[in-house]
Amino acid sequence: MNLEQLKPELEAAIPGCRLEIIPNPSPSGQHSLLISPEHAIALATFLRDTPHLRFDYCSNVTGVDWPASALPGKIKSKEMEDGTESDEEEINAEPTGYLEAVYHLYSMQLKHGPVILRMRTEDRATRVHLPSLTPIWRSADFQEREIFDLFGILFDGHPDLRRILMWDEFTDHPMRRDYVEPDDYEYEPTAHDDVLRKTMHHYSGNA
Amino acid sequence: MTTATLPASATLTSPSGDSDTQLLEVSMGPQHPSTHGVFRMDVALDGEHVVKLKPIFGYLHRNHEKIAEIETYLGSMPYTDRLDYFCSITNNWAYALAVEKLAGIVVPERAEYLRVITGELTRLQNHASLVGFLMQDMGASGTPLMYAFREREKILDLFESLTGARMMCNYMRFGGCRCDLPEGWLQQAKQVVDAFPRFLDEFERLLSSNEILMARTQGVGVLSKKLAINAGVTGPMLRASGVNYDLRKVDKYGIYDRFNFRVPLGEHGDVYDRYMIRLLEMRESVSILQQAIRDLPEGPFTDPKTKVRNFRPKPGEAYGRIEAPKGELGFYLISDGTPNPYRYRVRPPSLINLTILEDMCLGQNIADVVIILGSIDIVMGEVDR
Repeated sequence: MNLEQLKPELEAAIPGCRLEIIPNPSPSGQHSLLISPEHAIALATFLRDTPHLRFDYCSNVTGVDWPASALPGKIKSKEMEDGTESDEEEINAEPTGYLEAVYHLYSMQLKHGPVILRMRTEDRATRVHLPSLTPIWRSADFQEREIFDLFGILFDGHPDLRRILMWDEFTDHPMRRDYVEPDDYEYEPTAHDDVLRKTMHHYSGNA
Repeated sequence: MTTATLPASATLTSPSGDSDTQLLEVSMGPQHPSTHGVFRMDVALDGEHVVKLKPIFGYLHRNHEKIAEIETYLGSMPYTDRLDYFCSITNNWAYALAVEKLAGIVVPERAEYLRVITGELTRLQNHASLVGFLMQDMGASGTPLMYAFREREKILDLFESLTGARMMCNYMRFGGCRCDLPEGWLQQAKQVVDAFPRFLDEFERLLSSNEILMARTQGVGVLSKKLAINAGVTGPMLRASGVNYDLRKVDKYGIYDRFNFRVPLGEHGDVYDRYMIRLLEMRESVSILQQAIRDLPEGPFTDPKTKVRNFRPKPGEAYGRIEAPKGELGFYLISDGTPNPYRYRVRPPSLINLTILEDMCLGQNIADVVIILGSIDIVMGEVDR
């Protein structure tokens, strides 16, 4: 599916929709489409129901954590594609990092794909809301719960947003890049030297 | 561990409005022998009928994805064996395919044939044991399962002589396979494959028109075509609901366009169709295997140009997927140019096939829940990761 052709069509169909093609320099050539969260539901419905697109199958839904420290590497890979332009933009933007949800869409009826959609949260701390696409594709149900569980993105409109792999009392999000594993598991029996060292590190304000 | 998560509304009176009946909450699991692993269902019952069912899992969660992100690309290969521990070779294949897409590696012809042969053998043993387990769930203790395990053991022997391990094979590498076939392996494999239809005939004579099997499975756990597509159900489950979507035909990954095989489809989408699809798929796999063994070319079994040490794909991302025995198994990788993947994601077919467990069970008897779950074919190593 050619994103260069798809992009103007989507922009014409959904007024006010901002789209950006994220190039993928790897040999796989799977470029993706960055969509704005406020138009995600309209866009997803359009992709699913338009007869010549018919993306009826949402295969893979996943999260990616991009803390500010990981972003420079990403800009470098962008530079190779569009020169200095993106570089200037990134300098102006404040580096807060963001969380990203990635959706891989295929069509079972027309047997084409993938179209890859990405949505980004505003930051990684509190403004982590994204619209849930579970009302459009049921297959996102467990996968969005998993992203909530492991990355901490809050999906608005999800019918049953609970932890899925970790237990309900757990508070952190283990797939984040800066996650620190707790050292006070109750079953850790004796305080060996490395456990003690880790504990001191943990309680000296690094947690 | 996990607390009961049924909403408060589930404990109200029954939907039939009968004032002297009350809903009964049952926690099935986490270790009922038929639940295929450490898996729990919170079920609300009206008499014997299911009115609510919430699957609860995560007991085997070890954050496979996080571990893979601190490991090198090749270092994760043996760990993929442990996802779906029945089908280690197809797990390897999906991961290798994703990395090959990410780094642009070309696989030599002989290696592609070796992958098809081992992959289809994996499908045979997975489907055979699944049917055995399904019969076990239905109360046919022992016999069908042991018949299936007898055949599975022959295939595991082949794996052992090829890779050194029965189940944790760790056979694929980026750009090919780990080792070539030992002497005499192909003849041995040919014997196993040629004898396999006899086992299928025996199985079908024993089971397919068995009155109890038909009464227990026909019309039970029906999954409609529309819901199956929308819920992302893949593999034999999807095709039992009548959707013609087999990645071996759609993506034609590897060399699957060279083989002549059919995609069996179900009509009703019930448990009986799912049982039948597996038997029919085994027959098609036998046919693919016979063609692949016949056509296996000489040549290198791995791409000699691919670096084993210090393997660093260029920055970028790739999603690779294959038709694993349980459904679409995908790996999504993001590289930042270092030896470790920046993001490593497994798209587990059995987790996503579980999404519609509640829809299939509503209104069914509690005894049928076990069969419906069995017909999904879940492996907790993959669901929980």
